[in-house]
Amino acid sequence: MLSSRQQRIAALATAVTAFTLAFTSGSALAQKKYDTGATDTEVKIGNIIPYSGPASAYGVIGKTEEAYFNKINTEGGINGRKIKFVTYDDSYSPPKAVEQVRKLVESDEVLLVFNPLGTPSNTAIQKYLNAKKIPQLFVATGATKWNDPKDFPWTMGWQPSYQSEAHIYAKYLMKEKPDAKIAVLFQNDDFGKDYLKGLKDALGAKSSMIVAEESYETAEPSIDGHIVKLKATGADVFISVTTPKFAAQAIKKLAEVDWHPLHIVSNVSSSVGGVIKPAGFENSQGILSANYAKDGSDPQWDNDPGMKKFVEFLAKYYPDGNKLDGSVVYGYGAAQTMVKVLQMCGDDLTRANVMKQAASLKDFAPDTLLPGVKINTSPTDFAPIEQLQMMRFKGEKWDLFGDIISGELGN
Amino acid sequence: MSAAEDVVTEAPAVEAVPKRAMTLGYGTSLVVLAMLLIVPLLVKNFIIFQLTMLLIYGLAVLALNILTGGSGQFSLGQSAFYAIGAYTSAILMEQFDVNYALTLPIAGVICFAAGFLFGQPALRLSGVYLALATFALATAMPQLLKLGFFEKWTGGVQGLVVTKPDAPFGLPMSQDMWLYYFTLAVTLAIYIFSVNLLKSRSGRAFMAIRDNEIAASAMGIDVALYKTLAFGVSAGITGVAGGLGAIAVQFVAPDSYTITLAISLFLGMVVGGVGWLPGSIVGSAFIIFVPNIAEGISKGLSGAVFGVLLFLVIFLVPHGARQVAIVGQQLVGKFRKN
Repeated sequence: MLSSRQQRIAALATAVTAFTLAFTSGSALAQKKYDTGATDTEVKIGNIIPYSGPASAYGVIGKTEEAYFNKINTEGGINGRKIKFVTYDDSYSPPKAVEQVRKLVESDEVLLVFNPLGTPSNTAIQKYLNAKKIPQLFVATGATKWNDPKDFPWTMGWQPSYQSEAHIYAKYLMKEKPDAKIAVLFQNDDFGKDYLKGLKDALGAKSSMIVAEESYETAEPSIDGHIVKLKATGADVFISVTTPKFAAQAIKKLAEVDWHPLHIVSNVSSSVGGVIKPAGFENSQGILSANYAKDGSDPQWDNDPGMKKFVEFLAKYYPDGNKLDGSVVYGYGAAQTMVKVLQMCGDDLTRANVMKQAASLKDFAPDTLLPGVKINTSPTDFAPIEQLQMMRFKGEKWDLFGDIISGELGN
Repeated sequence: MSAAEDVVTEAPAVEAVPKRAMTLGYGTSLVVLAMLLIVPLLVKNFIIFQLTMLLIYGLAVLALNILTGGSGQFSLGQSAFYAIGAYTSAILMEQFDVNYALTLPIAGVICFAAGFLFGQPALRLSGVYLALATFALATAMPQLLKLGFFEKWTGGVQGLVVTKPDAPFGLPMSQDMWLYYFTLAVTLAIYIFSVNLLKSRSGRAFMAIRDNEIAASAMGIDVALYKTLAFGVSAGITGVAGGLGAIAVQFVAPDSYTITLAISLFLGMVVGGVGWLPGSIVGSAFIIFVPNIAEGISKGLSGAVFGVLLFLVIFLVPHGARQVAIVGQQLVGKFRKN
């Protein structure tokens, strides 16, 4: 049976060759171009993500993406090619990330590396992938440095950067509360510092609006002391650049010390289940934040066509996936963007063309992004999502308000 | 034997290993060396990179082996010395343009000093208490590296990217292959040094302390000096391994050197056989390749699969690779007789 199949393939190949030789010139052949990792039947995509270790909660993203590519394959693939998704565990450890990415590139021979997670891991592999000219596409981190097409033309981000998000709050404050006295509490790491820089950049000449800055270490058991100190400065705006555990502590402490400034929490800590509920709904009324993706727990999206597709996908291809988990929503959107780029590539599946197409996305809107948030890239703009919408916590959920705001500076 | 006696005659924490049993015979050493020399010529760059990491972790395990197998002291803080070595090399290379080969001895000396100093307070502790004190060192290190005060040099949480050296003298060799042979040379030098150290007067002093501290001091051995010296030597070698690791991985960041690394190294030592220096490379192979095998078996349960494999090793060959080697030797002996 095998031999008959081989014969058939051989016959087909001969026929195709004969056909092309007889009826077309070299130009028809030239249309199909491949680099390592792509063939007539398959596109190989590599990925690393922590499936074990301290950040293993993010492993869900990899599983969602695998399920989404399965869905695409079941529906016939992309231009007739099936996606082969090779994903490895890096345990959130940079040396392991280097080893696994080299395995993907040199042993599995993937066409590109998609959505590797974590700022340290991505920094560790960036130089290697750029030297080898292998796309490091849609990295899963909010650091601002991925948008650097001049120095790293093979690396591109996906989600809005921390700085973009900070720009949006600064723009909002300058418009709505120009005489605000801002107190900032930030986590002492790349996330917190990137964010603070974004705030100051966007405030520009008015950065004196920031009257107090306090930083905390993730190892601190409680941030109560910082809150008391910030309250004493008499600030009337409190920006909480915190991760979930500390964001919840801050909300509680503010209520305890009876301080009621305009309270803004960063998007990473806007989860209703993970932050607001533990901190108490009664303490959280009127808090502001911003978002770019739809929230699986929000009933206003129940009849949204995009979210309906998302829920159907979960039911059919990833029944273990929890639609309330932000990571699942994230993985779906990122995988959809990847598929879009591969579709745009057509039959020219070279690494250079993959980067070229990834840098020419125009108004692409994955199902799980907020209406109006669109992915736009260009050869000089490697930051796919730069828009967010402000939201206010009311009752037991977030209410979106105002326009979609761009986090880009200078417009 | 009564229960009371059982408690009194508690086995020492580290089994006494005669120094002869610490090394390989000449013939076997040459075969292993030949393999280490030839294999890289036949495989892909990625495998060469893995082999380089094998040697580097092997060095770090060897260092721990000198400390635990030689002088009988425990350490769960080797990741801290590894980190200091890695950062020393990275900072010297990137900020001060020092040649990579020169950074290694500097890393070694700095770590020797750090280890020697840490050995001073550690003198008062033994067994599990010492293990806990070193554990504290390992947990503290990543946070110290993130401190704003050092950020000018360390790059803070972002870490430092290191440039990989090219092969010198225009040798027709890839960067990976050159780095492998460079690492191999360093590893061999340190291995020979370690074997000789354990055979020397100091080595005998280490082992006397390991076997019975009171008897050792009665014989006139300066227990405090030799214990701290063992710490220093172990830390120094770990530092060189860390420096090599930074060059091979081309990146240092605080998150690379967490307590997980220290535990991996400890695991490597046990699997390789406590006190058996050649076992270090086997232990290193275990900590590099077995997690990959476990992941291949089940992605979601990789940790559990790794646990089962580790349990099997500890249960079937509690003395690690040394036990396998001894059984192998006996089999060869029998075969020859027949």
